[in-house]
Amino acid sequence: MNAPGGIGGGREVSSLGLRFSLLAVISLVSMVVDHRDDHLSQVRHAFSIAVYPIEIAVNFPFKTWRWATISLAARTTLLSENAELKGAQLNYDGRLQRMAALEAENIRLREMLDSSARVDDRVLVAEILSVDLDPYRQHFLINRGLKDGVYIGQALLDANGVVGQIVGVEVFTSEAVLISDADHAVPVSVNRNGLRTIAIGTGDSGRLRLPYLTNSADIEVGDLLVSSGLGEVFPSGYPVGRVLKVERRPGQSFAEVIAEPAAELDRDREVLLVWSEEDPDNQYGTVKLVESE
Amino acid sequence: MRNAANTLIWPASTFVLALILTVVPMPDTAAAFRPDWAALIMIYWTLLAPERFGLMTALFLGLAVDTLSGALLGQNALAMLIITYVGLKLHLRLRFSPISQTTMTVFGMLSAYEFVLFWVDGVAGRTVPYSERWMPVLTGTLLWLLLRGALDRVRRQDQARIST
Repeated sequence: MNAPGGIGGGREVSSLGLRFSLLAVISLVSMVVDHRDDHLSQVRHAFSIAVYPIEIAVNFPFKTWRWATISLAARTTLLSENAELKGAQLNYDGRLQRMAALEAENIRLREMLDSSARVDDRVLVAEILSVDLDPYRQHFLINRGLKDGVYIGQALLDANGVVGQIVGVEVFTSEAVLISDADHAVPVSVNRNGLRTIAIGTGDSGRLRLPYLTNSADIEVGDLLVSSGLGEVFPSGYPVGRVLKVERRPGQSFAEVIAEPAAELDRDREVLLVWSEEDPDNQYGTVKLVESE
Repeated sequence: MRNAANTLIWPASTFVLALILTVVPMPDTAAAFRPDWAALIMIYWTLLAPERFGLMTALFLGLAVDTLSGALLGQNALAMLIITYVGLKLHLRLRFSPISQTTMTVFGMLSAYEFVLFWVDGVAGRTVPYSERWMPVLTGTLLWLLLRGALDRVRRQDQARIST
Protein backbone atom coordinates (compact mmCIF):
# COMPACT_ATOMS: atom_id res chain seq x y z
CA MET A 1 0.00 0.00 0.00
CA ASN A 2 3.01 2.27 -0.28
CA ALA A 3 3.11 4.65 -3.16
CA PRO A 4 5.63 7.43 -2.97
CA GLY A 5 4.12 10.43 -4.68
CA GLY A 6 5.70 12.56 -7.31
CA ILE A 7 7.17 15.05 -4.88
CA GLY A 8 10.72 15.39 -6.08
CA GLY A 9 12.59 15.30 -9.36
CA GLY A 10 11.54 14.43 -12.90
CA ARG A 11 12.44 10.74 -12.60
CA GLU A 12 9.94 10.18 -9.81
CA VAL A 13 7.24 12.11 -11.63
CA SER A 14 7.61 10.02 -14.76
CA SER A 15 7.56 6.82 -12.71
CA LEU A 16 4.32 8.03 -11.15
CA GLY A 17 2.86 8.53 -14.61
CA LEU A 18 4.09 5.12 -15.66
CA ARG A 19 2.59 3.41 -12.63
CA PHE A 20 -0.67 5.25 -13.15
CA SER A 21 -0.87 4.15 -16.78
CA LEU A 22 -0.10 0.57 -15.85
CA LEU A 23 -2.78 0.40 -13.12
CA ALA A 24 -5.31 2.22 -15.30
CA VAL A 25 -4.74 -0.34 -18.07
CA ILE A 26 -5.16 -3.13 -15.50
CA SER A 27 -8.51 -1.75 -14.37
CA LEU A 28 -9.64 -1.21 -17.97
CA VAL A 29 -8.75 -4.77 -18.92
CA SER A 30 -10.45 -6.02 -15.78
CA MET A 31 -13.63 -4.16 -16.74
CA VAL A 32 -13.65 -5.52 -20.28
CA VAL A 33 -13.04 -9.08 -19.10
CA ASP A 34 -15.65 -8.75 -16.36
CA HIS A 35 -18.20 -7.39 -18.82
CA ARG A 36 -17.66 -10.00 -21.49
CA ASP A 37 -16.89 -13.18 -19.64
CA ASP A 38 -16.81 -14.89 -16.34
CA HIS A 39 -13.05 -15.35 -16.04
CA LEU A 40 -12.75 -12.95 -13.14
CA SER A 41 -15.15 -14.79 -10.86
CA GLN A 42 -12.27 -15.92 -8.63
CA VAL A 43 -11.08 -12.33 -8.16
CA ARG A 44 -14.64 -11.20 -7.51
CA HIS A 45 -15.14 -13.98 -4.96
CA ALA A 46 -11.93 -12.98 -3.16
CA PHE A 47 -13.03 -9.34 -2.97
CA SER A 48 -16.55 -10.30 -1.97
CA ILE A 49 -15.19 -12.25 1.00
CA ALA A 50 -13.08 -9.23 1.94
CA VAL A 51 -16.04 -6.84 1.88
CA TYR A 52 -18.54 -9.31 3.40
CA PRO A 53 -17.93 -7.96 6.96
CA ILE A 54 -18.88 -4.50 5.69
CA GLU A 55 -22.15 -5.81 4.27
CA ILE A 56 -22.88 -7.56 7.55
CA ALA A 57 -22.02 -4.42 9.52
CA VAL A 58 -24.35 -2.32 7.35
CA ASN A 59 -27.17 -4.84 7.59
CA PHE A 60 -26.80 -5.39 11.35
CA PRO A 61 -28.59 -2.28 12.73
CA PHE A 62 -31.52 -2.78 10.36
CA LYS A 63 -31.77 -6.44 11.24
CA THR A 64 -31.63 -5.59 14.96
CA TRP A 65 -34.31 -2.96 14.49
CA ARG A 66 -36.64 -5.45 12.78
CA TRP A 67 -35.94 -8.01 15.50
CA ALA A 68 -36.62 -5.40 18.19
CA THR A 69 -39.91 -4.30 16.64
CA ILE A 70 -41.08 -7.91 16.62
CA SER A 71 -39.93 -8.74 20.14
CA LEU A 72 -41.27 -5.52 21.62
CA ALA A 73 -44.60 -5.61 19.78
CA ALA A 74 -47.59 -5.33 22.07
CA ARG A 75 -49.34 -8.57 23.04
CA THR A 76 -52.65 -7.45 21.55
CA THR A 77 -50.99 -6.72 18.21
CA LEU A 78 -49.46 -10.18 18.18
CA LEU A 79 -52.79 -11.78 19.13
CA SER A 80 -54.69 -10.02 16.37
CA GLU A 81 -51.94 -10.83 13.88
CA ASN A 82 -52.07 -14.45 14.98
CA ALA A 83 -55.84 -14.60 14.50
CA GLU A 84 -55.44 -13.03 11.07
CA LEU A 85 -52.78 -15.56 10.06
CA LYS A 86 -54.92 -18.45 11.31
CA GLY A 87 -57.78 -17.21 9.19
CA ALA A 88 -55.53 -16.95 6.16
CA GLN A 89 -54.12 -20.42 6.86
CA LEU A 90 -57.63 -21.90 6.93
CA ASN A 91 -58.41 -20.18 3.68
CA TYR A 92 -55.25 -21.59 2.06
CA ASP A 93 -55.86 -25.07 3.45
CA GLY A 94 -59.29 -25.07 1.86
CA ARG A 95 -57.85 -24.01 -1.49
CA LEU A 96 -55.02 -26.52 -1.18
CA GLN A 97 -57.47 -29.42 -0.85
CA ARG A 98 -58.94 -28.46 -4.18
CA MET A 99 -55.41 -27.99 -5.56
CA ALA A 100 -54.50 -31.61 -4.78
CA ALA A 101 -57.42 -32.87 -6.80
CA LEU A 102 -56.73 -30.42 -9.62
CA GLU A 103 -53.06 -31.34 -9.69
CA ALA A 104 -53.86 -35.03 -9.97
CA GLU A 105 -56.30 -34.27 -12.74
CA ASN A 106 -53.74 -32.07 -14.49
CA ILE A 107 -51.11 -34.81 -14.40
CA ARG A 108 -53.63 -37.32 -15.76
CA LEU A 109 -54.68 -34.99 -18.57
CA ARG A 110 -51.07 -34.22 -19.43
CA GLU A 111 -50.31 -37.92 -19.56
CA MET A 112 -53.20 -38.34 -21.96
CA LEU A 113 -51.78 -35.53 -24.09
CA ASP A 114 -48.33 -37.10 -23.83
CA SER A 115 -46.67 -33.93 -22.55
CA SER A 116 -44.35 -33.75 -19.55
CA ALA A 117 -45.98 -32.97 -16.23
CA ARG A 118 -44.79 -30.06 -14.15
CA VAL A 119 -42.87 -31.22 -11.12
CA ASP A 120 -42.95 -29.26 -7.87
CA ASP A 121 -40.31 -26.57 -7.69
CA ARG A 122 -37.80 -26.63 -4.85
CA VAL A 123 -37.47 -23.35 -2.96
CA LEU A 124 -35.20 -21.80 -0.34
CA VAL A 125 -35.98 -18.69 1.71
CA ALA A 126 -33.44 -15.89 1.37
CA GLU A 127 -33.24 -12.65 3.28
CA ILE A 128 -32.73 -9.36 1.46
CA LEU A 129 -29.77 -7.54 2.99
CA SER A 130 -30.25 -3.88 3.83
CA VAL A 131 -27.43 -2.80 1.55
CA ASP A 132 -27.89 -0.17 -1.14
CA LEU A 133 -26.28 -0.95 -4.45
CA ASP A 134 -26.07 1.35 -7.45
CA PRO A 135 -28.96 3.85 -7.03
CA TYR A 136 -29.58 3.91 -10.79
CA ARG A 137 -30.36 0.23 -11.06
CA GLN A 138 -32.84 -1.91 -9.15
CA HIS A 139 -30.40 -4.46 -7.84
CA PHE A 140 -30.30 -5.91 -4.36
CA LEU A 141 -28.27 -8.32 -2.28
CA ILE A 142 -29.53 -11.55 -0.67
CA ASN A 143 -27.86 -13.62 2.04
CA ARG A 144 -27.49 -16.79 -0.04
CA GLY A 145 -24.60 -17.56 -2.32
CA LEU A 146 -22.39 -20.26 -3.78
CA LYS A 147 -22.51 -22.17 -0.50
CA ASP A 148 -26.28 -22.63 -0.92
CA GLY A 149 -26.04 -23.63 -4.57
CA VAL A 150 -27.40 -20.39 -5.99
CA TYR A 151 -26.69 -19.96 -9.70
CA ILE A 152 -26.81 -17.10 -12.17
CA GLY A 153 -30.22 -16.82 -13.80
CA GLN A 154 -32.08 -18.38 -10.88
CA ALA A 155 -35.61 -17.05 -10.39
CA LEU A 156 -36.76 -15.27 -7.22
CA LEU A 157 -40.36 -15.24 -6.00
CA ASP A 158 -42.24 -13.83 -3.06
CA ALA A 159 -45.63 -14.78 -1.65
CA ASN A 160 -47.43 -12.96 -4.47
CA GLY A 161 -45.39 -13.54 -7.58
CA VAL A 162 -42.16 -13.22 -9.50
CA VAL A 163 -39.62 -10.84 -7.94
CA GLY A 164 -36.55 -11.06 -10.13
CA GLN A 165 -33.53 -13.14 -10.99
CA ILE A 166 -29.96 -13.69 -9.83
CA VAL A 167 -27.30 -11.83 -11.82
CA GLY A 168 -24.20 -12.39 -9.68
CA VAL A 169 -23.21 -15.08 -7.21
CA GLU A 170 -20.54 -14.60 -4.56
CA VAL A 171 -19.59 -16.98 -1.79
CA PHE A 172 -21.98 -15.80 0.93
CA THR A 173 -24.22 -13.41 -0.97
CA SER A 174 -25.83 -13.01 -4.37
CA GLU A 175 -26.87 -10.01 -6.38
CA ALA A 176 -30.32 -10.02 -7.90
CA VAL A 177 -32.22 -7.74 -10.24
CA LEU A 178 -35.91 -6.84 -9.86
CA ILE A 179 -38.26 -7.49 -12.78
CA SER A 180 -38.98 -3.74 -12.73
CA ASP A 181 -35.35 -2.82 -13.51
CA ALA A 182 -35.14 -0.85 -16.73
CA ASP A 183 -32.76 -3.45 -18.21
CA HIS A 184 -34.90 -6.48 -17.37
CA ALA A 185 -37.56 -8.33 -19.31
CA VAL A 186 -39.81 -11.28 -18.41
CA PRO A 187 -41.58 -13.48 -20.95
CA VAL A 188 -45.22 -13.57 -19.83
CA SER A 189 -48.54 -14.87 -21.01
CA VAL A 190 -52.00 -13.53 -20.30
CA ASN A 191 -53.68 -16.00 -17.97
CA ARG A 192 -57.11 -15.52 -19.49
CA ASN A 193 -56.24 -16.46 -23.07
CA GLY A 194 -52.61 -17.55 -23.19
CA LEU A 195 -51.50 -14.54 -25.27
CA ARG A 196 -47.71 -14.40 -25.05
CA THR A 197 -45.66 -11.22 -24.77
CA ILE A 198 -42.78 -9.67 -22.86
CA ALA A 199 -43.00 -7.49 -19.73
CA ILE A 200 -40.17 -4.96 -19.52
CA GLY A 201 -39.17 -3.04 -16.40
CA THR A 202 -39.45 0.73 -16.21
CA GLY A 203 -37.12 1.56 -13.33
CA ASP A 204 -40.20 2.23 -11.19
CA SER A 205 -40.94 -0.72 -8.91
CA GLY A 206 -44.71 -0.32 -9.39
CA ARG A 207 -44.74 -0.42 -13.20
CA LEU A 208 -44.02 -2.86 -16.03
CA ARG A 209 -44.29 -2.08 -19.72
CA LEU A 210 -45.72 -4.43 -22.36
CA PRO A 211 -44.56 -2.70 -25.54
CA TYR A 212 -45.02 -5.53 -28.01
CA LEU A 213 -48.82 -5.78 -28.09
CA THR A 214 -50.67 -4.62 -31.16
CA ASN A 215 -53.75 -2.42 -31.00
CA SER A 216 -55.92 -5.40 -31.82
CA ALA A 217 -54.41 -7.68 -29.17
CA ASP A 218 -56.92 -9.24 -26.81
CA ILE A 219 -55.85 -7.69 -23.53
CA GLU A 220 -57.94 -5.87 -20.93
CA VAL A 221 -57.40 -3.95 -17.74
CA GLY A 222 -57.24 -6.41 -14.84
CA ASP A 223 -55.80 -9.31 -16.85
CA LEU A 224 -53.40 -11.46 -14.86
CA LEU A 225 -49.97 -11.97 -16.44
CA VAL A 226 -48.16 -15.18 -15.54
CA SER A 227 -44.63 -16.23 -16.41
CA SER A 228 -44.72 -18.19 -19.65
CA GLY A 229 -41.60 -20.24 -19.02
CA LEU A 230 -40.11 -19.19 -22.33
CA GLY A 231 -36.55 -18.01 -21.91
CA GLU A 232 -36.08 -20.79 -19.38
CA VAL A 233 -35.26 -18.50 -16.46
CA PHE A 234 -38.62 -18.16 -14.75
CA PRO A 235 -40.61 -21.34 -14.19
CA SER A 236 -43.98 -21.11 -15.94
CA GLY A 237 -47.25 -20.30 -14.24
CA TYR A 238 -46.19 -17.82 -11.54
CA PRO A 239 -48.00 -14.46 -11.39
CA VAL A 240 -45.93 -11.57 -12.74
CA GLY A 241 -48.41 -8.70 -12.70
CA ARG A 242 -51.84 -7.35 -13.44
CA VAL A 243 -52.68 -5.03 -16.33
CA LEU A 244 -53.34 -1.49 -15.08
CA LYS A 245 -53.85 0.45 -18.26
CA VAL A 246 -54.45 -0.35 -21.93
CA GLU A 247 -54.28 2.55 -24.31
CA ARG A 248 -54.98 1.72 -27.92
CA ARG A 249 -53.49 4.46 -30.04
CA PRO A 250 -55.04 4.82 -33.48
CA GLY A 251 -52.35 5.46 -36.09
CA GLN A 252 -49.74 3.50 -34.19
CA SER A 253 -49.25 -0.20 -34.52
CA PHE A 254 -48.59 -0.95 -30.85
CA ALA A 255 -50.83 -0.28 -27.89
CA GLU A 256 -49.49 1.21 -24.68
CA VAL A 257 -49.98 -1.38 -21.98
CA ILE A 258 -48.87 -0.85 -18.39
CA ALA A 259 -48.96 -3.53 -15.70
CA GLU A 260 -48.40 -3.53 -11.97
CA PRO A 261 -46.08 -6.23 -10.58
CA ALA A 262 -47.83 -8.88 -8.52
CA ALA A 263 -44.94 -9.19 -6.07
CA GLU A 264 -44.45 -6.44 -3.53
CA LEU A 265 -41.14 -5.40 -5.04
CA ASP A 266 -40.39 -2.48 -2.75
CA ARG A 267 -41.66 -4.01 0.48
CA ASP A 268 -40.16 -7.49 0.49
CA ARG A 269 -37.79 -8.54 3.25
CA GLU A 270 -37.65 -12.19 2.28
CA VAL A 271 -37.72 -13.87 -1.10
CA LEU A 272 -37.86 -17.45 -2.34
CA LEU A 273 -35.10 -18.89 -4.49
CA VAL A 274 -36.53 -21.42 -6.94
CA TRP A 275 -34.86 -24.46 -8.37
CA SER A 276 -37.20 -25.48 -11.14
CA GLU A 277 -37.28 -28.99 -12.54
CA GLU A 278 -34.98 -28.28 -15.46
CA ASP A 279 -31.90 -26.67 -13.89
CA PRO A 280 -30.27 -25.74 -17.16
CA ASP A 281 -26.62 -26.62 -17.46
CA ASN A 282 -25.92 -23.67 -19.69
CA GLN A 283 -27.40 -21.00 -17.46
CA TYR A 284 -25.38 -18.26 -19.07
CA GLY A 285 -27.00 -18.56 -22.46
CA THR A 286 -30.49 -18.29 -21.04
CA VAL A 287 -29.63 -15.34 -18.80
CA LYS A 288 -28.28 -13.41 -21.75
CA LEU A 289 -31.44 -14.17 -23.65
CA VAL A 290 -33.62 -12.54 -21.04
CA GLU A 291 -31.32 -9.72 -20.05
CA SER A 292 -30.71 -8.33 -23.50
CA GLU A 293 -34.37 -7.41 -24.01
CA MET B 1 2.63 15.40 19.26
CA ARG B 2 0.46 12.64 17.90
CA ASN B 3 0.04 12.82 14.17
CA ALA B 4 -3.16 11.12 13.03
CA ALA B 5 -1.71 10.10 9.69
CA ASN B 6 1.13 8.23 11.32
CA THR B 7 -0.97 5.49 12.85
CA LEU B 8 -2.48 2.97 10.51
CA ILE B 9 -5.70 2.38 12.43
CA TRP B 10 -7.12 5.85 11.91
CA PRO B 11 -6.80 5.98 8.10
CA ALA B 12 -7.92 2.35 7.76
CA SER B 13 -11.04 3.06 9.81
CA THR B 14 -11.89 6.09 7.66
CA PHE B 15 -11.63 3.90 4.55
CA VAL B 16 -13.90 1.27 6.10
CA LEU B 17 -16.35 3.97 7.21
CA ALA B 18 -16.40 5.37 3.68
CA LEU B 19 -17.19 1.91 2.30
CA ILE B 20 -20.00 1.47 4.86
CA LEU B 21 -21.47 4.85 3.94
CA THR B 22 -21.30 3.85 0.27
CA VAL B 23 -23.84 1.05 0.74
CA VAL B 24 -25.83 2.02 3.84
CA PRO B 25 -29.55 2.08 2.91
CA MET B 26 -31.07 5.49 2.32
CA PRO B 27 -34.59 6.55 1.31
CA ASP B 28 -35.00 6.55 -2.47
CA THR B 29 -35.20 10.33 -2.67
CA ALA B 30 -31.95 10.78 -0.75
CA ALA B 31 -30.08 7.96 -2.49
CA ALA B 32 -29.47 10.08 -5.59
CA PHE B 33 -27.66 12.64 -3.41
CA ARG B 34 -25.31 10.13 -1.80
CA PRO B 35 -21.80 11.54 -2.25
CA ASP B 36 -18.92 9.39 -3.45
CA TRP B 37 -17.63 8.79 0.06
CA ALA B 38 -14.75 6.57 -0.98
CA ALA B 39 -13.54 9.12 -3.54
CA LEU B 40 -13.70 11.91 -0.96
CA ILE B 41 -11.72 9.96 1.62
CA MET B 42 -9.21 8.97 -1.05
CA ILE B 43 -8.71 12.63 -2.07
CA TYR B 44 -8.35 13.55 1.59
CA TRP B 45 -5.59 11.02 2.28
CA THR B 46 -3.84 11.66 -1.02
CA LEU B 47 -3.52 15.33 -0.17
CA LEU B 48 -2.68 14.71 3.49
CA ALA B 49 -0.23 11.82 3.22
CA PRO B 50 0.70 11.33 -0.46
CA GLU B 51 3.79 9.32 0.47
CA ARG B 52 1.63 6.66 2.12
CA PHE B 53 -1.65 6.59 0.21
CA GLY B 54 -1.18 6.48 -3.51
CA LEU B 55 -2.21 4.57 -6.58
CA MET B 56 -2.22 1.08 -5.02
CA THR B 57 -4.55 2.24 -2.25
CA ALA B 58 -6.77 3.82 -4.91
CA LEU B 59 -6.85 0.61 -6.93
CA PHE B 60 -7.83 -1.59 -3.99
CA LEU B 61 -10.32 0.90 -2.59
CA GLY B 62 -11.91 1.25 -6.03
CA LEU B 63 -12.14 -2.53 -6.45
CA ALA B 64 -13.76 -2.78 -3.00
CA VAL B 65 -16.37 -0.20 -4.05
CA ASP B 66 -16.92 -2.12 -7.30
CA THR B 67 -17.52 -5.37 -5.43
CA LEU B 68 -19.81 -3.74 -2.87
CA SER B 69 -21.94 -1.82 -5.33
CA GLY B 70 -22.10 -4.54 -7.97
CA ALA B 71 -20.42 -2.38 -10.59
CA LEU B 72 -18.09 -3.74 -13.25
CA LEU B 73 -14.85 -4.85 -11.60
CA GLY B 74 -12.55 -1.92 -12.32
CA GLN B 75 -15.11 0.84 -12.92
CA ASN B 76 -14.67 2.68 -9.63
CA ALA B 77 -11.03 1.58 -9.56
CA LEU B 78 -10.28 3.44 -12.81
CA ALA B 79 -12.10 6.55 -11.63
CA MET B 80 -10.29 6.38 -8.29
CA LEU B 81 -6.90 5.98 -10.00
CA ILE B 82 -7.50 9.05 -12.14
CA ILE B 83 -8.44 11.36 -9.28
CA THR B 84 -5.61 9.99 -7.13
CA TYR B 85 -3.13 10.66 -9.92
CA VAL B 86 -4.40 14.24 -10.18
CA GLY B 87 -4.25 14.55 -6.39
CA LEU B 88 -0.66 13.29 -6.25
CA LYS B 89 0.31 15.75 -8.98
CA LEU B 90 -1.35 18.70 -7.29
CA HIS B 91 -1.05 17.99 -3.59
CA LEU B 92 1.76 20.47 -2.89
CA ARG B 93 -0.07 23.30 -4.59
CA LEU B 94 -3.41 22.35 -3.07
CA ARG B 95 -2.21 22.18 0.51
CA PHE B 96 -1.22 25.81 0.49
CA SER B 97 -3.81 27.31 -1.83
CA PRO B 98 -6.89 29.21 -0.63
CA ILE B 99 -9.96 27.22 0.22
CA SER B 100 -11.95 28.44 -2.78
CA GLN B 101 -9.30 27.10 -5.14
CA THR B 102 -9.04 23.75 -3.35
CA THR B 103 -12.79 23.35 -3.37
CA MET B 104 -12.96 24.08 -7.09
CA THR B 105 -10.26 21.46 -7.71
CA VAL B 106 -12.11 18.89 -5.62
CA PHE B 107 -15.28 19.74 -7.54
CA GLY B 108 -13.37 19.02 -10.74
CA MET B 109 -11.98 15.76 -9.37
CA LEU B 110 -15.41 14.52 -8.25
CA SER B 111 -16.87 15.52 -11.62
CA ALA B 112 -14.15 13.50 -13.33
CA TYR B 113 -14.93 10.58 -11.02
CA GLU B 114 -18.63 10.63 -11.86
CA PHE B 115 -17.86 11.13 -15.53
CA VAL B 116 -15.72 7.97 -15.66
CA LEU B 117 -18.52 5.97 -13.96
CA PHE B 118 -21.06 7.47 -16.35
CA TRP B 119 -18.89 6.80 -19.37
CA VAL B 120 -18.22 3.17 -18.43
CA ASP B 121 -21.96 2.63 -17.80
CA GLY B 122 -22.65 4.03 -21.24
CA VAL B 123 -20.05 1.87 -22.97
CA ALA B 124 -21.26 -1.22 -21.12
CA GLY B 125 -24.80 -0.49 -22.31
CA ARG B 126 -26.41 0.06 -18.92
CA THR B 127 -29.43 2.32 -18.71
CA VAL B 128 -28.67 5.35 -16.55
CA PRO B 129 -30.42 8.65 -15.97
CA TYR B 130 -28.41 11.74 -16.95
CA SER B 131 -29.43 14.53 -14.61
CA GLU B 132 -29.35 12.83 -11.19
CA ARG B 133 -25.88 11.57 -11.97
CA TRP B 134 -24.28 14.90 -11.01
CA MET B 135 -25.93 15.29 -7.59
CA PRO B 136 -23.16 13.34 -5.79
CA VAL B 137 -20.64 15.86 -7.14
CA LEU B 138 -22.49 18.75 -5.47
CA THR B 139 -23.03 16.99 -2.13
CA GLY B 140 -19.46 15.70 -2.24
CA THR B 141 -18.05 19.19 -2.78
CA LEU B 142 -20.07 20.52 0.15
CA LEU B 143 -18.79 17.68 2.32
CA TRP B 144 -15.28 18.51 1.22
CA LEU B 145 -15.52 21.83 3.07
CA LEU B 146 -16.02 19.87 6.31
CA LEU B 147 -13.17 17.49 5.53
CA ARG B 148 -10.97 20.42 4.65
CA GLY B 149 -11.44 21.76 8.19
CA ALA B 150 -10.07 18.51 9.58
CA LEU B 151 -7.24 18.58 7.05
CA ASP B 152 -6.26 22.09 8.13
CA ARG B 153 -6.15 21.10 11.78
CA VAL B 154 -3.81 18.21 11.11
CA ARG B 155 -1.63 20.41 8.92
CA ARG B 156 -1.29 22.94 11.73
CA GLN B 157 -0.21 20.10 14.00
CA ASP B 158 2.40 19.13 11.40
CA GLN B 159 3.75 22.65 11.22
CA ALA B 160 3.83 22.98 15.00
CA ARG B 161 5.86 19.79 15.18
CA ILE B 162 8.29 20.94 12.52
CA SER B 163 8.85 24.31 14.19
CA THR B 164 9.51 22.82 17.63
